[in-house]
Amino acid sequence: MLQSIVFAVVALLALGFAYFQFSKVRANILLGKDEAVTGPATARWKNMLLVAFGQKKMFKRLIPAVLHLMLYVAFVFTQIELIEIFIDGIFGVHRWFLGPLGGMYNGIISAIELLSILAFVATVIFLVRRNVLFIPRFHKPEMQGWPKLDANLILVFELILLACIFTMNGTDVVLQDLDPDHYRATNFAVSGFLGPVLFGGMDASTLHILERVGWWGHITMVFVFLNYLPKSKHLHILLAFPNTYFARLKPRGEMLNMPEVMNEVKSMMGLGDPNAPEPDMNAPLPEFGADDVTEMSWIDILGAYSCTECGRCTSVCPANITGKKLSPRKIVMNVRDRAEEIGNKIRSGNTEYAPNNEGVLSVDNFDDGRNLWDYITREEIHACTTCNACVEACPILINPLEMINKLRRHEILTEAKGPSDWMPLFNSIENQQRAWSVSNSRTAWIEQD
Amino acid sequence: MTVKTMAEFAAEDKTPEILFWVGCAGSFDDRAQKVTRAFAEILNAAGIEFAILGDEEACTGDPARRAGNEFLFQMVALQNIETLNMYGVKKMVTACPHCFNTIKNEYPALGGHYDIVHHTQLLQQLIDDGRIKMTEGGSFKGKRITYHDSCYLGRANGIYEAPRQVLESIDGQLVEMKRSRQNGLCCGAGGAQMWKEDEPGEKRINTERTDEALSLNADVIAVNCPFCLTMMTDGVTSREKQEEVMVYDLSELIVRQLAH
Repeated sequence: MLQSIVFAVVALLALGFAYFQFSKVRANILLGKDEAVTGPATARWKNMLLVAFGQKKMFKRLIPAVLHLMLYVAFVFTQIELIEIFIDGIFGVHRWFLGPLGGMYNGIISAIELLSILAFVATVIFLVRRNVLFIPRFHKPEMQGWPKLDANLILVFELILLACIFTMNGTDVVLQDLDPDHYRATNFAVSGFLGPVLFGGMDASTLHILERVGWWGHITMVFVFLNYLPKSKHLHILLAFPNTYFARLKPRGEMLNMPEVMNEVKSMMGLGDPNAPEPDMNAPLPEFGADDVTEMSWIDILGAYSCTECGRCTSVCPANITGKKLSPRKIVMNVRDRAEEIGNKIRSGNTEYAPNNEGVLSVDNFDDGRNLWDYITREEIHACTTCNACVEACPILINPLEMINKLRRHEILTEAKGPSDWMPLFNSIENQQRAWSVSNSRTAWIEQD
Repeated sequence: MTVKTMAEFAAEDKTPEILFWVGCAGSFDDRAQKVTRAFAEILNAAGIEFAILGDEEACTGDPARRAGNEFLFQMVALQNIETLNMYGVKKMVTACPHCFNTIKNEYPALGGHYDIVHHTQLLQQLIDDGRIKMTEGGSFKGKRITYHDSCYLGRANGIYEAPRQVLESIDGQLVEMKRSRQNGLCCGAGGAQMWKEDEPGEKRINTERTDEALSLNADVIAVNCPFCLTMMTDGVTSREKQEEVMVYDLSELIVRQLAH
């Protein structure tokens, strides 16, 4: 009874705090501008099914894909055991599924155990890949400090989680001989053998304690994990699904149109709608592009929160490969970090960030004197060749190029800055409608040999 | 060579089969002009009645848009759409994947709807339909040819096979770079990089890509884009391999193999 109450309280606290944290993430994503979700829902579901659920794009790199698949499948199937832990915890019963499922129960738990062994192996290999082997994408400048610790912490959590499962199941198997009324006979593929090897010969009271340590340890790790997710790159296990669903369906080569600029140019050229209202000359000048996450779209910020910092984008970026400062992963991480910063500052209610230090702080009046340029240098975005390699590489359809394009648009359109090398290009296009600053006719090639 | 403009066709009250969008590089860059001529020769050989816009053509706006200058993009793009719509243009072909991408994917949102193909697609179609024929055992017989996917034909528009099929029609030996198709490495010119100095780094992107091609001992680097043509040619020159390794656009390879 006491255990049930403790469990219910812990579970409620853990879920409540997780809800609170996830709603902050949601609010941070919605700091972005509205963007309509266009295109057929069937195509979106297909993307989610193939890319997120089916991990299609992971398989461009076989070794990490297979290792990741082991962890992923084990994670998905372990949820069955988690449901049982909840039922057992709340109602103070033991292995409740054994009753209704009967013989099938052994099959399911055995499958989970076998997958858990694979997951254990994969986790150890992942730790080696991150910390022993030199895989360049894990050692870029943006991966120092917290991102590196974050990646390792998750793997360690995973090992603890798995150790708890086997402690729980293994002691259970040994206890079946000592206390067959409570610990009903099972036939688990791994623990049936591992349990007696590890825990055989221990006295009943030690085993009882160890069994509870395994059970509580497992569920505690699950709660810790759940509350750790919103602060971690590991959030991808959830956000990969909405991110693949909401990923833009437009052709990859298409840059998003800016209707406000198009309409202005149209009216300048006398092509506009003659019935359109006169533009308000006193209206404040609009900002074009984005120098902050609040000027980006919620779809961009969702992508940033979905990023698990795997670095596939950076490892194929031609600029990064040749030693330039640009790293698409860093851009994505910066967008997320800035969204976190703004979200936290707005929720602090500190009027220091409001105009004239008064009023209620919101995304509309927020100004902390900082923006994305405090995170991203011009040099980085100037190095982009818009080649779409990063977009192609992302296993969950994040689009770093869209973010870079918006920063470039802000720099040129709103700030009237940018690489001076581009000035002759712009002048030539504007004055001669050509990208080459030459005076000959466009038909000169006909006469040449 | 005689090439007629849309204005000339219109004056005769005629409509050409297709409009050849030459683009700025194809019009003004010395090396790319040769590609333009080669492709025009192929069109003539296939008996296709085509027109160009001539001096009525403007930059599609691709480099301006990618640099971030949306105003400039809209100005030239809308001007082009006005011209194209005035002539009632429906079918187009271009030898520049940047022009191709912009007209195909970006002009529709501005009111320009055209059926445009890249010249490698048209070449493949002409070969498949038997409208152009190749000589047996031409000058590329036994030569090692590697094909460099441009970003704007490849990843941006998913066209990987048409150019490769065109290359198979000449007698060379096609060798693939490790980074090809979806994983192709950029030449370094896209996103208006063509017009600016590189940001500080360890290596130029075109050298990185050229080194990959050279590691295959290729005799010919085949490209589909005037910018890749410049970048790869510069790369080969920087490695002092210009005597042994040639960089050609696909239409230059085909025009040499045409059976007359």
